[in-house]
This record gives sequence, C-alpha cells and structure tokens, in this order.
Amino acid sequence: MTHGARNNRTISAVGIARVEGEGSLRVRVRDGLVEEVALDIFEPPRYFEALLVGRHFTEAPDITARICGICPVAYQMSACLAMEDACGVVVDEEITALRRLLYCGEWIQSHALHIYLLHAPDFLGCLDAVELAELDPVSVTRGLDLKRTGNLVMQTVGGRAVHPVNVRVGGFYRSPELSSIRALADPLRRARDAALATVEWVAGFEFPDVTNDYRFVALDQPGHYAIDGGRPTTSDGRTYSGAQFADRAVEEHVARSTALHATLDGQHYLTGPLARFALNASRLPQVAREAATAAGLAVPCRNPFQSIVVRAVELVFACDEALRLVERYEPPRRAAVEVLARASTGTGTTEAPRGLLLHQYDIDEDGVIRRARIMPPTSQNQLTIEDDLRHVVEGGLSLDDAELQWRCEQAVRNHDPCISCAAHFLDLTVERS
Amino acid sequence: MSELALATKRPTLAVWKFASCDGCQLSLLDCEDELLVLARAVRIAHFTEMSRASVDGPYDISLVEGSITTAQDAVRIREVRANSRYLVTIGACAAAGGVQALRNFAAPGEFAGVVYAHPEYLDSLEDSTPISSHVTVDYELHGCPIDRGQLLEVLLAFLAGRRPVIASHSVCQECKARATTCLLVARGVPCLGPVTRAGCGALCPSIDRGCFGCFGPTEDAHSAALARRLEDLGASKLSVARLFGTYNTAAPGFVEQAQGQRVTVASPSIRSREEPPR
Repeated sequence: MTHGARNNRTISAVGIARVEGEGSLRVRVRDGLVEEVALDIFEPPRYFEALLVGRHFTEAPDITARICGICPVAYQMSACLAMEDACGVVVDEEITALRRLLYCGEWIQSHALHIYLLHAPDFLGCLDAVELAELDPVSVTRGLDLKRTGNLVMQTVGGRAVHPVNVRVGGFYRSPELSSIRALADPLRRARDAALATVEWVAGFEFPDVTNDYRFVALDQPGHYAIDGGRPTTSDGRTYSGAQFADRAVEEHVARSTALHATLDGQHYLTGPLARFALNASRLPQVAREAATAAGLAVPCRNPFQSIVVRAVELVFACDEALRLVERYEPPRRAAVEVLARASTGTGTTEAPRGLLLHQYDIDEDGVIRRARIMPPTSQNQLTIEDDLRHVVEGGLSLDDAELQWRCEQAVRNHDPCISCAAHFLDLTVERS
Repeated sequence: MSELALATKRPTLAVWKFASCDGCQLSLLDCEDELLVLARAVRIAHFTEMSRASVDGPYDISLVEGSITTAQDAVRIREVRANSRYLVTIGACAAAGGVQALRNFAAPGEFAGVVYAHPEYLDSLEDSTPISSHVTVDYELHGCPIDRGQLLEVLLAFLAGRRPVIASHSVCQECKARATTCLLVARGVPCLGPVTRAGCGALCPSIDRGCFGCFGPTEDAHSAALARRLEDLGASKLSVARLFGTYNTAAPGFVEQAQGQRVTVASPSIRSREEPPR
C-alpha cells in the first residue's frame, strides 16, 4: 500500500451520525437566478476517528456500529474487511455468505423504513406514515411487515437488530443453528412478494420530470450485485482498489458543515441505489430485473425522484438474495477465522443501504489502531445533493416558499441521507430580490 | 395496548435527538406491531425521525436520545425540560454520555483536531455529558441500544401513571434464567455480566461472547472487584480498561475502571478548503 506525500494529508472523515441531525438550506435568488444553494449540517461531532485511536483492532466493528443505528451492519462489515485486509486474512466462503445474509437483513430493514416511513409520504402529500396509514393502511402495513422481516434476519444472524452483537473481525462469535436460519425462508418468501408489490406501488407515484447528469460510483464484484465487497468503480469507467479509492477521494472541511465534503479525482459523485443500479443492474436476479422493467425503469436511472423505485427493486433483490442464502445455508465449519495483528494499513469498502462506506485503519504490531478514516456515504453524496437542490430550486421558482421547501426536502430524501434529517430536514430560507 | 386505548384524551409524545446514532429512536419505529396502535393512543407531537409535523409543547412525555456535547444543545435540553411533563431518557448516550464520552479523557481540543481541519468552525464542548447533568430526568432507560420491549413498558407505565417495571438486577441473572453456562467461571472469558444491568436478555453470553456492558452498570456494581478478577484471569490492565471504557465509559460505576485507558492521538493531516468561519 503506497501513500504519496500529497495523499497522506488526506486522513480523516466523519461518521454518518454527523449528518443525521438537523440541517438547513440556504437559497439566494437574484434576478431569477439561483446564486447560492447551501446545505448546512450541524450534527454535533462525535469524533469517532479520534476515539478509535489507541483502541484494539478487534473493537472497531462494535465501536463504529455506534456511528449509525440505522445501518450498523454496514459499519461492522466495512470495519471487519479493513482489519482483515490489514492482517492479510481472507475469511471462509461460508462466513462471507453469512455476512451477506446479515447485510441483506439490514438492506431490507433500511429500505423498507425509507420507502414506507420516510419517502412515500412525500409523494402522497402526507406529513408522515401515520397519516398515510389512515389513507392506505394496506400499504403501510405491508411496509412494516417488510421491515419486521429485515429485523428478523438481523436478529437471527446478528443477535439483535440495532447494533448486532454476533459480528467479530474474522467472522462471527457463533454460527446460527441450521433450523433458525431455515425458519427465515417463509417470511422471506412473503417479503419478496411484498417487495414486488412495493415496486408496483411506488412505480405508480408521480415523478417530477428531471434528468441529472450524475457521476456514479459503486462497488464492482464479479457475479454479484455488490453489497459486502468489491472494487469502487465509476460510471466513466475507472476502477480502484479500496486503497487507491481512499487516496483519490478527498474530503474537505467547510465552515457550514460538520460533514466533510468528498470529491473523487477532483469531481463530486453519487453513491447509493441510483449508482448501484446504473453500474450493476445486469447482475440483478431475474425477478428484480423483470420488476424494474415492468416499473418502466431505464438503466441508468438519472431521475433522483425515482430513486424510490430503484430502492424498491433493490428490496426485491435483497429478499431474493437472502432467500437464496438461507436455502443454501449450512453452519460454517468454524464461526470465525483467526486474525493475528500485524503492523499494516487495511481498507474495507461495502455498500451501505445509502451508499459506499469506506473504512481505513493503520494498526501496529500489537493490534492497536493508530489512525482511522471513515468515509460514510452521505459525506460523499453531499455535494451532489446540493447540485440536485440547485436544479430543484431553479425549476421551482414559481412555487411558493412552503411548496418549494417541501420539494427541496423531498429532493434531499431522494438520497436517503440519514434518517433524522431525512424525515424533517429543512429550515428553508429563500432570499428573493 | 388496552391501557392506552382507555385513555380519554390523547397524551402528547415528543422525541428529541442530541448527540447519538439514532438507534434508540429507531427502536420505537422497530415496534412494527405496536407503532400504528401507539400513534392512535398518543399524539406524536414531535418526532423528526418520523414526521414533518411538529406541534408546539407542552408535551406529556418527552423521550430524549443522545448526550449533550454542544453549547447550543445545553440550552435546547433546558427548553425540552421546560416543555415536558415527564422527561424520559433513552439509551447510553443520554444516561452516561455514550461512546463519545471517551473524549472526556483526552486532552482539551485533541479529538477535534484529528477529525476536522478547522476545529474553530465547530460548536463543541470538551465533554460529552448525560442529560441528568443538565436537567431533572424522570426516568432513565438504559442500553446501547435500548430494548424495544422495555421501551414499550416505560411508555405504557408513564401513560398509566405508574412506575415502569424494569429489572434492576444484573445480566448474570438473565444468564441463569436462560441456562447459559457462566463464561467467566467455566471458561475464564472476560465478562461484565456481574456488574451490568439486565435488559438485553444476556444476548452476548448466549453466543459465547463476554458481556461488554452496553446496558451500563447496575446500581450496586462492584466493578473494582470484577476488574481484579479479570486481571487474575490474565487480562491486561489495558484490556480491562477498554472493556469498561466503551458505550458507558463515563457512567459512575464504570468510569474508574475505564480511566485506565491511555488515549494517544495522531496529529491531524486533513486537507482543508480555506473558508473563514462565519
């Protein structure tokens, strides 16, 4: 692993929690032109990259899980991969499959939460899912059922749904019993049907006619719709190792945000469902591809408002993939591979529900973490989200402030930045002159 | 839910977030079977994780997640208290400062400089402190994360005007109840079960993993004695300090054992865009 002197200056990132909280949007319009769009994020900093220093390398999965209660598995998986990379260990195939099953559970839980509780109410003019449940109890109940199934997978493999306890560097503390994993098959079959119904439901929403020119970045994993590993790849044809990606992705600290802003080779980019679908759609299972086609999705989809449809297609995929893994499950020969510390640097990248999550650590020969870098999806997406907002404001100047604010909030929620900001994000100031 | 359904006038519920991961609030949304019933029984007046709607206080019950880490939040929690009949904290951040309270043991300013190029842009206090350091708290629900069954029990109890029925014994009793062989005694695995509050159902020991104390110390935790025992079993002082020093590191009952940690932090080297603080 090489670091140029220049790239060595690029070390830190922030945890996603810093962008979960309340943010505000400032828009300045002059003579009908949008002069400024700024997304201000002031989630209190929690300094994970600092508090990890001095900790043992085996502690990183559990500690970093606490960055985000919505996608703790993503943090655990990227941390495990980074530590195993540092120590030169590749885990057994069965362990990888079990990790992927756990990760599918998180995708199901997180996507169902976002689609039904956070995003759909926007399209149907409701303030929240409780209001939506009065209009359409069948749909909301279906969403809650899906979410429950995702949580059930996480509990069965990980021990609990929020901050699972069974994950360790090298694998798991204990392999789940065959019977408990096989018992997931029926709920997952029902969930796959519910996910197909979800695609149909959201495909019927009305979408603003928007096409944005995105630079997509997603993991590339031959033979798989990447979740739990792979090489960062861009829609303009570049592929990186995790370490190269960590070097090329630069984060900057600006005054208006406690989230660091990321660029890759000097350009901003988008990770998440739209990016994965653009780069990996051909690797979706047939059931998900057919659902996408029936929903009228083109590849790539460049309308951010349709991300809810892409997310629903990914929900079909995650249920189908989880079912496949459940049906093939045999308890691993060993629950974990032994991982011995050595002085090294390791990088791990996985696909969190909302986008690419990178961890990189320097550890010493005693296994003590000397440097930590965490690049969550939301800080990578933030400049692109601001771009989206600019388009929304430019196209929405005829709307009154309340309508424009809602449209802007919806545009932010398109990218599922994280839950608390996603549900009630913006304090909009519009200066018109 | 029958207790709730009997309520004649719907009480109001507010949920507030401070420095945290959102996982404890998510536990409320994870009550898939009860959420819609609950939303009929109470008026969810403020819950940013879930709704655009926000109704002004006062609120009958406020659930508070997260610790206080900024000057602004120290003011905001007082406003929440003033607007709430009952204030219930949820989770280890709110009860003990959370994992971010590890900063309390570092030199002033040390942590911010590692993560941010311009610490001067930040509004951030030196310490991460629990809600009870700032305002009166009516009930603390523990856990990192909380258990959603316990959360429902606490909500039901406050709505019914009774004390929540939440066990105060240690994880050890939960192991006994589920007939899990003691990892500490039988295998010498470091385990905080003897000094950790019950509530999780002894999840970790049931998968051959020692308890790492995410529900925080019991009220009568003999942590010093347990720390000595762990060292006798061959654990290093540093590893014992790390074990106590995670999600409840600043909790009275764990803090003395946790402070054995030595935090050394690398120098910052982050690229920054030159933009003056506003």
